[in-house]
Amino acid sequence: MALDPDLGAPVSRRDFIRIISMAAASVGLSSSAALRMAEAASKGLKPSVIWLHFQECTGCTESLLRSAHPDIATLILDLISLDYHETLSAAAGHQAEASLHEAMEANKGKYVCIVEGAIPTKDNGIYCQVGGRTAVDILNDVAASAGAIIAIGSCASFGGIPAADPNPTGATGAPMILEGKTVVTLPGCPANPYNLLGTVLQFVTMGTLPALDEKGRPKFAYGRVIHEDCPRRPHFDAGRFALQFGDEGHRQGYCLYRLGCKGPQTHANCSIQHFGEVPGAWPIGIGHPCVGCTEQSLAFRAPIHSTAQIERPTPPDTYPPIAADHGGVSPVVTGVGGLIGGALVGAGYMASRKLDAESTPEKEA
Amino acid sequence: MSEIAVPVGGKALNGPGKVLFGLTLLGIVLMIWRFAVGLGPSTGLSDGYPWGIWIAFDVVTGTALACGGYAMALLVYVMNRGKYHPLVRPAILTSALGYSIAALAIVVDVGRPWFIWRIPLSVDKWNHASALLEVALCVMAYVVVLWIEMSPAFIEKWKTQDTSLGNAARNVSGALDKALLWIIALGILLPTMHQSSLGTVIMLAGPRLHPLWHTAWLPLLFLLSCIAMGYAVVVMESTLASRGFGRAKEDKMLASLGGVIAYVLLAYVVLRIVDIVIHGKLGLVFQFDLYSWMFLLEMVLFLAPAFYLLAGRGKTRIGGMFRAALAIILAGSLYRFDAYLVAFNPGKGWSYFPSIPEMFITIGLVAAEILLYIVLVRRFPILGGAPKPLTATRRK
Repeated sequence: MALDPDLGAPVSRRDFIRIISMAAASVGLSSSAALRMAEAASKGLKPSVIWLHFQECTGCTESLLRSAHPDIATLILDLISLDYHETLSAAAGHQAEASLHEAMEANKGKYVCIVEGAIPTKDNGIYCQVGGRTAVDILNDVAASAGAIIAIGSCASFGGIPAADPNPTGATGAPMILEGKTVVTLPGCPANPYNLLGTVLQFVTMGTLPALDEKGRPKFAYGRVIHEDCPRRPHFDAGRFALQFGDEGHRQGYCLYRLGCKGPQTHANCSIQHFGEVPGAWPIGIGHPCVGCTEQSLAFRAPIHSTAQIERPTPPDTYPPIAADHGGVSPVVTGVGGLIGGALVGAGYMASRKLDAESTPEKEA
Repeated sequence: MSEIAVPVGGKALNGPGKVLFGLTLLGIVLMIWRFAVGLGPSTGLSDGYPWGIWIAFDVVTGTALACGGYAMALLVYVMNRGKYHPLVRPAILTSALGYSIAALAIVVDVGRPWFIWRIPLSVDKWNHASALLEVALCVMAYVVVLWIEMSPAFIEKWKTQDTSLGNAARNVSGALDKALLWIIALGILLPTMHQSSLGTVIMLAGPRLHPLWHTAWLPLLFLLSCIAMGYAVVVMESTLASRGFGRAKEDKMLASLGGVIAYVLLAYVVLRIVDIVIHGKLGLVFQFDLYSWMFLLEMVLFLAPAFYLLAGRGKTRIGGMFRAALAIILAGSLYRFDAYLVAFNPGKGWSYFPSIPEMFITIGLVAAEILLYIVLVRRFPILGGAPKPLTATRRK
């Protein structure tokens, strides 16, 4: 039995399985996987999680705090053992550092290392230090004996905003520092917390990591581009585009492609997994084009309102009108059509009459 | 067996030929205009009706009308009725012309014709579940097969010439004789595949097709009706050609062909009605709305020639035979128009009627087809029943 931190009362097994089922379902895992997750968690096999913060805005953590299925309290008290997290930690200073080292010693080779934020490399990495150690040192140290390494957010995945031009601190992502190691990247600004929960819970339950693409992104979340599942996609296909913020098309909820939406190039599940527990709460849902925050080639590089490239299918050279032509039937064309058809049938019949006349003597003979 | 086929000779362009030539030229000019301004201004097509008469008539109906070669090959080579062999070569010519024109109509109809060459070549991108891909590949292959089937007529003529073309013809003819058996087999297989697939294509429209037409048997119904239409075209073509070019009449042969046609028609009607009855759609026949009238008209046009031909078996009544053929062609064409346009409802508010340029491009294509037929039978040994035997054909 676990304690519900809100009510102070024990959480029933049913509620507990319900919470985990929702977490599993939200990232596309089956209900049997959810049961196995629940069993693993109820047996007390809570994985130790060490969460490192570097050059970042803590937006990914903030986003995680607002998840409710499961909520953050259930997550850090029942499902995982969050042993080090600078934002959530009650301890401070030397005490916090001590818990980091304790957790690393106790769970050597098994703990999950989650990295949030970019790592500066310029001038020996002096631009981000915690407890007198540089981010590069801390990351190399913690990752060396981790069971799984997850980079959450675009900063940790490939540098993000700190690495945007002119990149004064030489910031880069965790996979670039930890070359040769498997780093699950969950880019996004912020990353969707459910993609993190799904990845962590799968590791906890089955000891495996989800299938990853060549950039280390879980395929369950980053296998398709936003455009493919976008609720505004029918407007794109029908050629209905918002041309300016606040214009008629924009107010009607038309496709934002021509306002610079990067959905056709951006691999992420935002279009089906919204943010902050509010249906429709994601950039395109509230009327802003996707900025491509999960793509290294787009995020903080491509201008927000420049038109995205569509590789497949290629965009049309010209855009169809907002009101599609439904076709019509005019009396003139039907008349001409009738004349042509009638002439053909009539000519055929007349030819057959001529043949009658010709074959009459033959028949008698 | 062997029969004599010799060129008709004479001027390529006589009076009617000049009219056909004029219509062809008009069609070509309109086609150039269509490519210049695009499909929107030149046609009545819309997002709801992305295909119109170019597909419903030129392709779906046109290839069925061009099934004469297929139907005759079935009869002569599969059923082994050698007596009909004189009808085969002209039937193959109408098929080759009909399919080539249909292929051209597709180029005119599709939105991005400059990518058509990718269909046969982009093997790695093929969607193996696509009925449309099957039709496209099959029709492309069949056009080639038909012209190879037709080539003995050309080679026979060129062989006698003492030119480089004559040498080439002599070199090819041996290999062609050996290959022709397989080519003919392909020429029977390919139409069986794509004529039924034309039914599959519109079957995939699902609920957008009126239930009186929508059935899982659409492929079989399309196949049966195209065979009947093919025979009917052979009847018309042979009747008109023998009169127009002063050849021996093949009327007796055509009359005995009538029995075959009647059974194919009856098989089609029985299947159609059985489907409607067992799926409980009989009530729709008697709604007397547009669809039920169209269905009833189809049934009349299919049944009338069937009973006429059955009743008149053994008699040679060429005028009635011609009218029956006309009715079969109308019936098959109406069935295809209904399935692809009339009974197809893409949703509220869409309507389609061909624009005048659309109609005249189709007329131009048909005129070109008839014109080419006349020119080719005048220049090459295709029609049998010549007044005086000159050479024997090579085809067995």
